[in-house]
Amino acid sequence: MKILVPVKRVIDYNVKPRVKPDGSGVDIANVKMSMNPFDEIAVEEAVRLKEAGKADEVIAVSIGAPKSKDVLRTALAMGADRAILIQTEAEVEPLAVAKILKAVAAEENPQLIILGKQAIDDDSNQTGQMLAALIDRPQGTFASKVEIDGDHVTVTREVDDGLETVKLALPAIVTADLRLNEPRYASLPNIMKAKKKPMDEKTPEDYGVDITARLKTLKVAEPPVRQAGEKVGSVDELVAKLKALGVNA
Amino acid sequence: MTVLVLVEHEAGAVKDVTLSTVTAAAKIGAVHALVAGEGDEASKAADAAARIAGVEKVLLASDAAYAKMLPENVAPLITGLMDGYDAFVASATSNGKNIAPRVAAKLDVMQISDILSVEGEKTFTRPIYAGNAIATVESSDAKLVITVRGTAFDKAEAEGGSAAIENASAEGDSGLSSFVGLEASESERPDLTSAKIVVSGGRALKDAETFEQVITPLADKLGAAVGASRAAVDAGYISNDYQVGQTGKIVAPELYIAVGISGAIQHLAGMKDSKVIVAINKDEDAPIFQIADIGLVADLFEAVPELTGKL
Repeated sequence: MKILVPVKRVIDYNVKPRVKPDGSGVDIANVKMSMNPFDEIAVEEAVRLKEAGKADEVIAVSIGAPKSKDVLRTALAMGADRAILIQTEAEVEPLAVAKILKAVAAEENPQLIILGKQAIDDDSNQTGQMLAALIDRPQGTFASKVEIDGDHVTVTREVDDGLETVKLALPAIVTADLRLNEPRYASLPNIMKAKKKPMDEKTPEDYGVDITARLKTLKVAEPPVRQAGEKVGSVDELVAKLKALGVNA
Repeated sequence: MTVLVLVEHEAGAVKDVTLSTVTAAAKIGAVHALVAGEGDEASKAADAAARIAGVEKVLLASDAAYAKMLPENVAPLITGLMDGYDAFVASATSNGKNIAPRVAAKLDVMQISDILSVEGEKTFTRPIYAGNAIATVESSDAKLVITVRGTAFDKAEAEGGSAAIENASAEGDSGLSSFVGLEASESERPDLTSAKIVVSGGRALKDAETFEQVITPLADKLGAAVGASRAAVDAGYISNDYQVGQTGKIVAPELYIAVGISGAIQHLAGMKDSKVIVAINKDEDAPIFQIADIGLVADLFEAVPELTGKL
């Protein structure tokens, strides 16, 4: 079976985002960019399923600027077999991403689509669920364990109450949470090999998807800044402060 | 505008987060509440929802297919009801996040996730980049699909309303998915997301046993909920449902005590709206001190038991 893994190029996890002075957005010029960390986990899971003999082919797909090739190369170096770049300079919202992925899925017929549960730039947490709805298939979101069993996949999900397990009929959508696995670092030989793996280039128009934004960003602002308070020198001082705040125990 | 709110309920009671979501929804339009569930528990939850101040009508969809809130079953129910509504609003909980985007996609609407405020009929603020920026966005869609950050809105009064309850016809089971089980943490403590005081531990707690020995007595003394940083959860000190942060739970208690937590931006995203933040850490340069109201630079293994003893 085939596994499709959509990946997004985002600001690196370790970079502190800066709001542009004109309030039009977050400054990503000259900032280190990487694969969205949740997508890395998704790629790792797909590659592990292939290594375990549960899948035959892993296809990575990214929608974005030409530089998104970098994250696709990373996915290939981690073990994906081929990649598809759907090029656009526009910022594509989750709904439009889901529509493009629906068209890709119709061509590729994957049994499993594994996505990151959210991208750490817009924090929307929507694409996987939207894609699942558009193709009328089940979803296992926020996954911490994925087990394929014949024509079903059993997914353990990190939910507010603990860990929930659901059984889904394939084809299915899974969105990866933090503890699903620890992604590997691509080795140098694999990075070299990845350069020779096939990468298709397409555009949203090729799939007939209108990517016009539905949401207009009117303003992006810094959150209210919290001022550092004071340091106390001892537990007794801390207790006094807490009591002054009305904490009684 | 009429707004359909998805009610979160457990054992026949409406969860607190729904009260906050009702407050947000009431800023958009007239509020109707949808209770999806099964049998007696769903009926009780519908009765409770009808008493929430500001709720004008309750729709009760009772069916075995809704017992576990499987999105494959619940989303079509909601989509089917949306002809009569201008907006669908859910809480940004694991449940709401699971269901709402399915509804949005079927309605061809771009969802607005995790709103912090209602600025106009179709204008909202929401956090992006782990809360390092706040975006003001305006929707151009005919209908709205929204999830609400509970801690950003006051709770509606749980009593005072007397809405009529109507039955909504069930759509049945999609046959696509089934519930296998839930491994829930047993705890007598207050719920993490609605507790007045939270005591959170980080990687510095060393292991599960030490975490329990250091954090639990202080939490018990204060009647507090227990939280944890991602590092502590990843290291197996405590289970995932205790994680506070960008991808865990968002909390805003009156008092947040961070013990042995350095303060990665992803953790701060989950707790920086707490009223008072106390940090105990032996590294005086830890970023947590930049946002703490009261900081104590000390070895937590000495300071926390002493604090517990003296409170």
